[in-house]
Amino acid sequence: MISALFTYEFLQNAFLSGLIIGVIAPLLGLFIVVRRLALIADALSHVALAGIAGSLFLSQSVLMFSALNPVYLGMASAVGGSLLIEKLRGAYKHFEELAIPIILSTGIGFGAIFISLAKGFGSDLVGYLFGSVSAVSRQDLWVVVIIAVVVVAFIRFFYKEMFALSFDKEYAKVSGINGKFIQIVFMIIVALVIGASMRIVGILLVSSLMTIPVAAAMQLAKSFKGALVYSIVIGELSVLIGLFSAFHLDIAPGGTIVITSIIILLLVLGWTKMKGKQPSKKAKEEFA
Amino acid sequence: MTKTIIECNDVNFRYEHSTVLENISLDVKEGEFWALIGPNGSGKSTLINIILGLLKADKGTVKLFGQNVDSFKQRERIGYVSQKSNSFNSGFPATVLEVVKSGLTRKVGLFKGFSKHDEQKALDSLRIVKMEDFASKNIGELSGGQQQRVFIARALVGEPDLLIMDEPTVGIDQKNVASFYSMLNELNGEHGIAILLVTHEIDLVTELATHVACLNRSIHFHGMQSDYKKMNDTDISLWYGHPVRRVHQEQKGI
Ligand SMILES: Nc1ncnc2c1ncn2[C@@H]1O[C@H](COP(=O)(O)OP(=O)(O)OP(=O)(O)O)[C@@H](O)[C@H]1O
Ligand SMILES: [Mg+2]
Repeated sequence: MISALFTYEFLQNAFLSGLIIGVIAPLLGLFIVVRRLALIADALSHVALAGIAGSLFLSQSVLMFSALNPVYLGMASAVGGSLLIEKLRGAYKHFEELAIPIILSTGIGFGAIFISLAKGFGSDLVGYLFGSVSAVSRQDLWVVVIIAVVVVAFIRFFYKEMFALSFDKEYAKVSGINGKFIQIVFMIIVALVIGASMRIVGILLVSSLMTIPVAAAMQLAKSFKGALVYSIVIGELSVLIGLFSAFHLDIAPGGTIVITSIIILLLVLGWTKMKGKQPSKKAKEEFA
Repeated sequence: MTKTIIECNDVNFRYEHSTVLENISLDVKEGEFWALIGPNGSGKSTLINIILGLLKADKGTVKLFGQNVDSFKQRERIGYVSQKSNSFNSGFPATVLEVVKSGLTRKVGLFKGFSKHDEQKALDSLRIVKMEDFASKNIGELSGGQQQRVFIARALVGEPDLLIMDEPTVGIDQKNVASFYSMLNELNGEHGIAILLVTHEIDLVTELATHVACLNRSIHFHGMQSDYKKMNDTDISLWYGHPVRRVHQEQKGI
């Protein structure tokens, strides 16, 4: 793959986008997971599916849409979905999580309708569902770069507010942190990252890249900063190994990336379990 | 002239099915240490939530530092320990130090990160509650009482002008409760920090506080600690709804 990387532009696009996504997806994922919103990413990616299917369908029937990159409509619908989830969460104060299945089903519903109307999309759609090494264009790469800049700036500037809100919402409110504003910006950014990631990992597996590295990192880290670093390292490792094997074995990269992260998670779980079973030095001293 | 720090004026509040607070008027002035007492379900936490702006009064007004609570912006001046502060998700990946530092979020201001100086402040605050050895421990690995002490440190780290605490000593052992109260005494006496403390440890706290308010849906008594002590137990039992016998510190031989 190394030599091919220098030869083929599409590989460079896929590889660079992958590297960037490996950082930003788990970075946002950490905040999603600690706020117990892991399923939101899932719901939003299915809304993105509706947008993409809609765009693909329209491109068959309306000339204007044939030139439009379906990623944009997918991203736009994910952003719309994220705002809707916020609205619904307000309406069901005591059952906030109810917003998630409602939005998820809406996304799949529309997705199914557009796919049927277009009588299937064949390989195009499979690429969007499970990711693709060859489908990433230069333009897609630029979109990923811009979104990454937004994400990193947001976390850089709102890190302490995001931490305070995630750890203790009530305390954050008492201390005068504008939780509503930050939450809405956060949700929009999550939707954008889902849009940016789906070319590589695919709609069905975007949320895994946001949550599985974080799940492994939380086993290892004591501090929030530590969890953040581990999440990114594990995310990046999964993307690298996943992309290489996808290219060599000619498999959809979404599958290889996510399965790699699952293997890392299992290794981490096994390791922490082994470590937990051995009596620590302190315990030994106490029993001595 | 001493400034009024908390000003509740004829506050009324009801949850969907029941009225919880009626005609509450209460002023906390600069340098005062108020103990807010009353039986379970008497509306103490509700009143605190209204004062903090977490709940909105149905009628009446609340002012903090002379400003209406809805538009009150200088929130870094308040330190708060809630009754259910250790109801956070115990798997949360955060160290004790990170949690205490989060108490400085507002003070540090938007777009900035924490400095070494902020970290030092957080460590100093942990020293006050004697938790400095735990700074790099995961918050979920602490005992309930230790966690509570961390949350007290978080409330203190921003050097607030007003401390509002809702049963902060729940789960804390006797020795540490005593040192916690002597610390409050010092904060109030020497640094002039106003304190509003909800508690069931009536005997202990009414010795320390400068003022006492007795709440049971409405305020049954509020005033100087010395006047509170003059009241007899039957009066107190009447609004408490069950017999109360205060143990006077002299009797206990302290
Ligand atoms: N979210 C809520 N919805 C409906 N009723 C509530 C709610 N929270 C409290 N109440 C009711 O309001 C009353 C006052 O509750 P509050 O928590 O203010 O009491 P408290 O004085 O703090 O009691 P405790 O000493 O047990 O902490 C209680 O009767 C309670 O049942
Ligand atoms: Mg209470």
